[in-house]
Amino acid sequence: MLSVLSIYRWIRIVKMGFKSLWLHRLRSLLTMLGIVFGVASVIAMLAVGEGASQVAQDQIRRLGSKNIIVRSVKPSLEQKATGQRSRAIEYGITWADATRIRSTIPDVEILVPNRIIRDVVWNTQWRVDGQIVGTVSWYPEMRELQIIEGRYFTEIEVQSVQNVCVLSINTITSLFPNGDPVGKSVRIGSDYYKVIGIIEDEGNIGTPSQTQSFLVQTSENQNKSRKPGERFSPQREIGKRDEQKGPIATPQYRIYIPITAAQKRFGETLVRRTTGTFEAERVELHELIVMVNVEERVEEVAKIVDSILQKYHKQRDYELTIPLELLRQAERTKQIFNLVLGTIAGISLLVGGIGIMNIMLATVTERTREIGIRRALGARKRDIILQFLIETIIMSGTGGLMGIALGLFIPYLITYFATMPTIIRLWSPLIAFGISAGIGVIFGIYPALRAANMDPVEALRHE
Amino acid sequence: MKKCVIKLEKLKKNYKMGSVDIYALRGIDMEIDEGEFVCIMGPSGCGKSTLLNLLGCLDKPTEGKYYLNGCDISAMDDDTLSDMRCSYLGFVFQSYNLIPQLSVVENIEIPLYYQGVSPNESRNKSIELASRIGLAERLYHKPTELSGGQQQRVGIARALVNNPLVILADEPTGNLDSTSGKEIMGIFTELHEQGKTIIMVTHDENIAKYGDRIIRLKDGLIEKDERISKRISV
Repeated sequence: MLSVLSIYRWIRIVKMGFKSLWLHRLRSLLTMLGIVFGVASVIAMLAVGEGASQVAQDQIRRLGSKNIIVRSVKPSLEQKATGQRSRAIEYGITWADATRIRSTIPDVEILVPNRIIRDVVWNTQWRVDGQIVGTVSWYPEMRELQIIEGRYFTEIEVQSVQNVCVLSINTITSLFPNGDPVGKSVRIGSDYYKVIGIIEDEGNIGTPSQTQSFLVQTSENQNKSRKPGERFSPQREIGKRDEQKGPIATPQYRIYIPITAAQKRFGETLVRRTTGTFEAERVELHELIVMVNVEERVEEVAKIVDSILQKYHKQRDYELTIPLELLRQAERTKQIFNLVLGTIAGISLLVGGIGIMNIMLATVTERTREIGIRRALGARKRDIILQFLIETIIMSGTGGLMGIALGLFIPYLITYFATMPTIIRLWSPLIAFGISAGIGVIFGIYPALRAANMDPVEALRHE
Repeated sequence: MKKCVIKLEKLKKNYKMGSVDIYALRGIDMEIDEGEFVCIMGPSGCGKSTLLNLLGCLDKPTEGKYYLNGCDISAMDDDTLSDMRCSYLGFVFQSYNLIPQLSVVENIEIPLYYQGVSPNESRNKSIELASRIGLAERLYHKPTELSGGQQQRVGIARALVNNPLVILADEPTGNLDSTSGKEIMGIFTELHEQGKTIIMVTHDENIAKYGDRIIRLKDGLIEKDERISKRISV
C-alpha cells in the first residue's frame, strides 16, 4: 500500500511545484527567460533558414528540374587578343549543335533555342534597356511561365517571321506607365513590334559559381516576382539591376519575339558599344534549353551534351547549367545553414539550462531545512527528487511554451519588416519544446539528487 | 502485559569528527511499552539527541539492534526507514520546524501526503485535528503569523495526523515561555491519558515530572531508569 506512488502524490507534487515557483515569481520568471529565448531563437532561426532555402529551391524548380540550360559564353581575354581585331568575334552554340543534340540523344524531349540581344526598347518617349529574347512558340510552357494578359506568339507567327512581341510584366511600368500595352507597338532599333501579350517574370538563375550569393539575392526579389498581377513602383531598383554584368544578369526587362524575327532583324553579327570601342560578335544561339524526358536521366544527358559540344568547339565558349544540380546544392547549403543556426540556438538553450540549474542549486540550499522536515515526516528520497525535478520541469516547460509563442511571432515580424520569407515547419516547435523539457530534466537531476541525498539529521539542524 | 513497541539491544553509535571517533552511544538496552510517557534526560553531550535520532529512524546505529514494533530497523534501507517514519512515528521539534510557506492545515497534512491519502480526506483530517488543538480560527494562517505556543500546537497536530505508534518530542517546550509550555505539556498529558506512547527529550526537571518514567543518560550510557508513580496533572 505504501509502496504505491499514488496519483494523489503526483497531483500534490505538481501543485506544490507551481506553488513554490509562484512564491518566487520574479526569480522563476528570470530563470525561465533563458529557456524562453533559447526556444524562440531555435524556432525563429530555423524559420528564416527554411524560408530562404525554400525561395531558392522554388526559383531553381522554376527553371525546370528536367532541363539542361546551355549558354554561349564569350571566351576569355587571351584568346580574344589572338583573334583579328577587325573581325567580329565568333563564339557560342550554333544551330548545328542544336540539331546534333536533337538527333543523337533520344532522351531529349524538347529543345528550345534562344537568341538574347541587349538593346533599347522604345515606346514613344519611354525607354527601357531590355533583353530581347528570340525564341520559339513553346517557350512559356517549357519554363512554366504564366501569360498574364493577351497571348504568346504562335508557331505560324514564328514561321512567317512576324514582328510581334510579348513583354515581361516588369517592363510594363517603365515602358507603359499609362498601362494597357496589349495592341500597342514598341520600337527596337528601327523596327516596330506589336505587343500581343504580357508574361510573368522569369526566375532569377545563376551559374553554379554564383549559387552562394544566390540564396541572398533571390529571397529579396521573391515576393515581388511571385505575384505577377501586382503593380510595381516605376523606380524599382533599376540601378541595382544594371550593375549585374554577364550574359545572364537576370531578371531583366525581357521582351520575347519570334526567333526568326530576331535573326532577320538583328542579323548574325551584333555590335556592342562599350566606352570608346566597338565590339562586334557573331553568336548564332545564346541559349539552348534541353528538356529531358525523365528527371533521373538529366545528369547523364548533360554529360552527353557536354561531350557532343566539346567535339565541335575548340575553346570552351559555352556553359551548362543543370537546375537539378543547383537544387541539390541548395539543399546541401540549407542543411549546413540549419546546422549552424541550430547550433547557435542550441547553445543559448544550453545556457538557459545552466541558469536553471544554478537557481535550483541555490533553492535546494535555501530549503535544506524544509527537506529535513519532509524527510523526518516520511518523505522518501524519491519524493524529494520528484519535488525538485518537477519544479525544474515546470520552469523549463513553461519557458518552452512561452518560447514557442515568441518563436512563432518573431518570424512574422521578420517577414513583415525585413520582407524576408520565413517558413515554420511543424517539427521545429516540437523539437524546441522537446529540447527544453529535456534540459529541465537533465539540469534538474543534479540539484534534485543533492537535495535527496542530504542527511536528514544534518538538514534538520541547518539554519 | 503491555505490548512492547520499542526495544533496544546494546545500541551503539559512533561519529567521525575529522579523524577522531566519537562514541555518542556506548551500548543502550531498553524497552518501552505501549502507552508509556518516557522522558529522556541528561547533560548536554550525553547522547540524548543521538538516541532520539536513532529512535526516530533518522539515523542508523553503528552496532546493536533496534526493534520498532517488532521490526529490525538496523537492517532497513533508506526507503523503508522513510516508510517507518511515515506510518509509526510523529515528531515534535524544539524549534517547531514548520514549513514557512505553507499554511497551518497544509503543514499538518504533510505526513498524510507521503502516505498517499487523498487530498480531501487529508484536508478534513487536518482541519479536525487543528480544531481539536484550538486552532480552528487559524487554519489558513502562515506559521510566522502565529505565536510560539500556537506554532508548537501545529507541530503536535502534525505529529498526530498519521496516528503514530510513538510520538517523539525533542524539548518541545524549550523555546516557549512557562505559560505556553504548561499548555503544551497539558496537551501531552492528555495524549498520554488517551494511551499514546510518548518519548520526550528534555533537561528541565519540572517538565520531566509530567512523564511516568525518566531515563537519565550519561556519557552514552543509561545512568538511571526510574518510574514515577505519582504524576502532576494540570
